[in-house]
Amino acid sequence: MTTQTALFYVFSAVLLFAAFRVITARSTVHAALFLVLSFFSASCIWMLLRAEFLAIALVLVYVGAVMVLFLFVVMMLDVNVDGLREGFWKHFPLAAIVGVVIALEMAAVLLGGFDVREAPLETAKAISDGNTKLLGIEVYTNYLYPLQIAAVLLLVAIVAAIALTLRQRKDSRFLNPSQQVRAKKIDRLRIVKMKATVEAPPAPPVVPAADPKGAVK
Amino acid sequence: MTVTLSHYLSLGAILFALSVIGIFLNRRNLIVLLMAIELMLLAVNMNFVAFSYYLSDMHGQVFVFFILTVAAAESAIGLALLVLLFRNKSNINVDELNTLKG
Repeated sequence: MTTQTALFYVFSAVLLFAAFRVITARSTVHAALFLVLSFFSASCIWMLLRAEFLAIALVLVYVGAVMVLFLFVVMMLDVNVDGLREGFWKHFPLAAIVGVVIALEMAAVLLGGFDVREAPLETAKAISDGNTKLLGIEVYTNYLYPLQIAAVLLLVAIVAAIALTLRQRKDSRFLNPSQQVRAKKIDRLRIVKMKATVEAPPAPPVVPAADPKGAVK
Repeated sequence: MTVTLSHYLSLGAILFALSVIGIFLNRRNLIVLLMAIELMLLAVNMNFVAFSYYLSDMHGQVFVFFILTVAAAESAIGLALLVLLFRNKSNINVDELNTLKG
């Protein structure tokens, strides 16, 4: 048994255990943390398959961003777990039957049809360039248009997520930019016609000379 | 004894079946349902990467790249909907999502 085989079995065991705990964990926070573990093990398995870029991307995108989002949401919502767990095992027999049937069907198809025994030898180009460069060449030449669509899709996701969760407070004060732009001079400035000169006010009455300041009484 | 393509494909199949079972079991808890969907996508990605490696074809990995993009967008919008739902109903029980009476 080579090192790679041993590593494959170790990572697969961790991955399957973590996936099992994700679907059976009582606390949602535990489920999210086990999901992190399963993604990390999957990333290790992809490393064995020499897909380095995707393995790193999986850790960065999923463990770094999506799972943090999950944890934020789980901690933000005050979810009553007991009500949600009610009748948890009621559907287990049906679920087990469906799961076993899916696994057996897939195993039958895959074991019968795809009998690739040994891994192909790496070409000299793959060794000198590396997985990341090969993937980049492929993406930016043959798949440039789908890449743009994926970028637009992410933009749509950003806009949709913000628009869905944006909540306008009633008592908040804000400036309306369109109103500001539309403002004319006449709305702000009132010109009052006045005569150029006004009469001088009447001279103040002459008061008798007062005592000098600071005079001692 | 070396690892063959069938090993990776069986791993993907077991992972997919586990997440299907998870959807059945956690049918009330919307957050865990989203997590099970993420696990399903991971199982599919595992198959893509395994085929890409054993058939020496880079296109499989490009496809995984796009699946990762779509999955990230999907989970972001799903969690936004979840927050919206919790604001309106104060729980995330799937059984109470019967406003449309479908």
